[in-house]
Amino acid sequence: MSEYLLEMKNITKTFPGVKALDNVNLNVRKGTVHALMGENGAGKSTLMKCLFGIYEPNGGEIYLEGKKAEIHSARQAMDKGIAMVHQELHPIRFRSVMENVYLGRFPGHMGVVDHKAMYDRTKALFEDLELDVDPLALAGEQSAAILQMMEIARAVDMKAKIIILDEPTSSLSDREVDHLFKIINRLRAQGVAFIYISHKMKEILEISDEITVMRDGTYVGTWPVTDANGEKLTIDFIIKQMVGREMTNQFPPRDGKPGSDVVLKVEHVCSPLRKSFQDVSFELHRQEILGIGGLVGAQRTEFVEALFGLRGIASGEIMLNGARYSNKSPGFAKSRGLALLTEERRATGIFGILPILENTVIANQRNYATFGVLNDSRRLKDADEECKKLNVKTPSLNTLIQNLSGGNQQKVLIARWLLTNSDILILDEPTRGIDVGAKYEIYNIMLEQIAQGKSIIMISSEMPELMGMSDRIMVMCEGRVTGFLNKGEYSQEKIMALATQFAGRKDSTAA
Amino acid sequence: MAEKTASRSKRLMTTGGIIFLVLGIALYFLKAPMGLTRKIYDLPVFLIIIGICSAIKGFTAKDKTEEEAALAGKTFTEFLTNNAILLAMLVLVVVICILQPRFMQIRVALDILTQSSPKLIMALGICFALLIAGTDLSAGRMVGLAAVISASMMQTATYANRFFPDLPQLPLWIPIAAAIVACMLFGALNGFIVAKYEMHPFIATLATQVIIYGVCSLYFDMPPNNSQPIGGIRPDFAQIGQLRLFNGLWKGFPGISILIPIALVICVIIWFILNKTVFGKNVYAIGGNREAAVVAGINVFRNIMFIFILASLLYGIAGVLEAARTAGATNNYGLGYETDAIAACVVGGVSMSGGIGKVGGIVMGVLIFTVIQYGLQFINVSPMWQQVIKGVIIAVAVAIDMTKYRKK
Repeated sequence: MSEYLLEMKNITKTFPGVKALDNVNLNVRKGTVHALMGENGAGKSTLMKCLFGIYEPNGGEIYLEGKKAEIHSARQAMDKGIAMVHQELHPIRFRSVMENVYLGRFPGHMGVVDHKAMYDRTKALFEDLELDVDPLALAGEQSAAILQMMEIARAVDMKAKIIILDEPTSSLSDREVDHLFKIINRLRAQGVAFIYISHKMKEILEISDEITVMRDGTYVGTWPVTDANGEKLTIDFIIKQMVGREMTNQFPPRDGKPGSDVVLKVEHVCSPLRKSFQDVSFELHRQEILGIGGLVGAQRTEFVEALFGLRGIASGEIMLNGARYSNKSPGFAKSRGLALLTEERRATGIFGILPILENTVIANQRNYATFGVLNDSRRLKDADEECKKLNVKTPSLNTLIQNLSGGNQQKVLIARWLLTNSDILILDEPTRGIDVGAKYEIYNIMLEQIAQGKSIIMISSEMPELMGMSDRIMVMCEGRVTGFLNKGEYSQEKIMALATQFAGRKDSTAA
Repeated sequence: MAEKTASRSKRLMTTGGIIFLVLGIALYFLKAPMGLTRKIYDLPVFLIIIGICSAIKGFTAKDKTEEEAALAGKTFTEFLTNNAILLAMLVLVVVICILQPRFMQIRVALDILTQSSPKLIMALGICFALLIAGTDLSAGRMVGLAAVISASMMQTATYANRFFPDLPQLPLWIPIAAAIVACMLFGALNGFIVAKYEMHPFIATLATQVIIYGVCSLYFDMPPNNSQPIGGIRPDFAQIGQLRLFNGLWKGFPGISILIPIALVICVIIWFILNKTVFGKNVYAIGGNREAAVVAGINVFRNIMFIFILASLLYGIAGVLEAARTAGATNNYGLGYETDAIAACVVGGVSMSGGIGKVGGIVMGVLIFTVIQYGLQFINVSPMWQQVIKGVIIAVAVAIDMTKYRKK
C-alpha cells in the first residue's frame, strides 16, 4: 500500500507549438486537502484535465492507491472515484435538482426511473451536507453556491475518493465559503481527499494540508502548510514560488488624488424588479476609483449593467458630465463614454472562436470605418499597440482568444475598452480568477487610466483589492446602498458590517 | 526545420504547376498528330489552367514564420483530413474521366459552373443566417415568390394566357425590382421576429416559409391565371438567365452563361461585406457570442434585421434568374433550395453553431455538390443513388470538419 492515494508522475502534455505540462508531479494523501497553486497558464487546469481523462497526457503515469491507472475518459475517472467540480457549473437548468444529482445514473430498474428513491436519497444526501434545498426545485433557479454543493453531493454519492475543486469560492459569499469549508472538513475526516485549486491565499492556508506549486507548466515543489515545528507557510513564500520572484507589494502605489468635479451623478435609481437594486445614489468624481463592495446578491452587477443600458430602470436620474443621461442601450452608453468590463468573462466578454484582433477592436469598429468599410491597417495597428501596451502574451493577433489564459483574456477585454477611449470605466470583478502577476498589471493599467483623467467604478468581492485600490468604497446590501467609506477609514469589519446590514436585521427580527 | 517544410510546400506547388503547364502545352500540340483528340478531349487546356493557378499560388504564397508553421502542424494526415471531401471529389473526377473521356471538355466545366451559379447565390444568402447560429427555411419559397412575381409581369403581349391581360410592355427593371422588394419585405419580417422576440430562426423562418408559400399561391391563383404555370416569357427577360457570352468565339465554344459572371460578382460583394465591413465583423461577433456582442455595444437588432433582408435580396435575385433561365414559373419553384444551400455551406466549413465560415469554403461546398451530381449523371448513376451519395457526403464532410475542432 502506497503512502499516497493519488500519484501523478512526470506528466507531460504538449499541444501543437506549446508544452503545456513538463514532467509535473502531484502526490495526494488520503484524507487531506491538497492545494494546487500557480499563476494562470501555469498548467493547473491542464493537469486536472489529464487526471480526469479529458486530455491524454503524452508522457507520465498515474497511480491510484499504488496501482497504475489508465484514464481515458471522464467516465473512467468517475468509476475510479475521481470527481471534479468545475469552476463554471453548467446544470441542466430546466430539470430538478435531484435529477441533476443523479444525472447519468438514475436509480431504477430496466430503464424505468424510481423517482421516489431518487428523492429520498437526494434528501438524505442534502441533510447530511446541511443543505436546505428541495430536491424537486429547478436547478436553474439555484444560486452558484447551491449548485456547487449539488455537485459535491453528487461526488459524495458516487463514493468519490478524490474530489477536484476548481476555484470553488470564486462566486461564493463569505458565509457560503464557511459552509463549504465545514463540508470539506467533514468529508476530509471521512478520508476523502481534495485537490483544491484557488488563487485566494488566505483560504488556502486555512483549509489545506499540503500545497503543490506549478509555474509555466513545470513542477516547483510541494510543502506542508504547517511544518513539523508547527510553523505555517506565509503568503509571501507561496507567491514567491508561484511567480519565481519576490512580490513585495500587492498594489502599485497611487499618486495623486481624485479631482473635485463630478463626472457621474446617480440619484435614487431604482430597478423595475422589486428584489433588485433600489434607491441607489452616489457621485463619481474625475480621477476617482469608486469601489463597490458587498456580498454576492447585493445587486451590484445588476446595477452597473443598468447603468450601461443592459437592464432597465424604473425611476431615478443619472447625470453624466452635467447632462441628463438615459440608459437606452449599450451602444448609446458607449457613445457617451462609458465602458463595462463584465464579470462573466466567458459568457459576456470574449468571442472565443474569434482571433485576438477581432476581440480587441470589436467595440471600436465604427472609428475604423468609412461608410461601413473598415480600414484594416488601422485596426491592426491599434490592436497591436494596445495589446503590446497591456502586455498581452500571445504568439500573434490571429490566435483565437479562447487559447489564451484568463489573465491575458482579461487584458484583451480591457484593451477593447481602452480603445474606445471611454471616460468612465466600469470594472466588474476585474481580477477574478486571475493570477497575481496579471492582477498587478491590471492595477497598474487602472492607475494609468486615472492619471489620464478617467474615472473608474470597480466592483470587487476581494476585500484586499477593494481596500487597496479604491479611493472611496460604496457598500451595497440586498440592492440598497448601506454606506460609504473614505480612504483611511477602511477595515474589513466595517465593510462587512455594512454589507450584512439587512441580513443582520432580518436575523434579529426573526429571533 | 519548420521553415524548411513551409518553403518545401511552396516549391512543390511552383514546380508542380510548371510541370502541369508544360505537359498541357505539349499535349495541346501533340493531341491531333497522335490521334488523341477523341481520347483526351480538352484535357490539355485543363492541365494548362491548373498549372498556371498552382504556379501563381506557389509564387505568391507567403513564407510562414517558424512559429506559424509549427502551429499549423502540416502533416500529411492533417492535410488529408483538411481536404478530404475535395480529394474525394478529385478522385471521382478522375474515375469519371477514365470511364467517360467526354467529361474532359470545356463545355462540361462551363455547364458545371452554370449550374453552380444559382446555388452559390442561395448559399451566400443563407450563410449569414448560419453565421449567427440560425438558419433560414424560407429561402426556397422566396425563390418561388420572386420567380412568380417577375414572370407574371414579363409575358409577351401576344401570349394567350397572360397573367395581367392588359399589362403594357414594362421596362425590365420594374418586375425585377418588384420581385426582389417582395422578398425583402418577407426578409424584414424574418429579421423582425428573430431580433425582436429573440425567436430561434428555425421557428421564425419556418413560419415565414409557410406564409410566403400561401401568399405566393394566392397570387398565382388570381384570375384569370388560376394556378396555370406562367409561360410566354418575353425573350429580353429570358436573356437575363439564358444569355451566353462569347458564344461561338471559336468553333464549338458554347459561350459563357451570364449566370457565371453574375454569381461571381455577388460572390465578391459578399466576401467584401463579410471581411471588410463593420456589418460583416458584427455578424461574426453575434454568431460567436451574442451576449458579448450586446455588451460590446453592437446593435444586435439592427444587424439581425439587416442579415435577413440582405439574404432575402439574394434569394430574390436567384428567383428572378430562375424564372428567366427556365422562361417560366410556378408557385412550386424553389422547393427545397434552402436545404441544398445549407448543405453546401456546411460542407464548405460553415459552422451551424455560428461564427465560423468563409466565402471560399462556401464556393467550394457548392462546387463539390454540383461536380459530384453532374459527374454521377454523366456516368449514368441512378438519381436514387445520387440522393444516397449526396446524403453520405453531407454526413462525412461535417464529421471530418468536426474532428478538426475537437482536440484531445
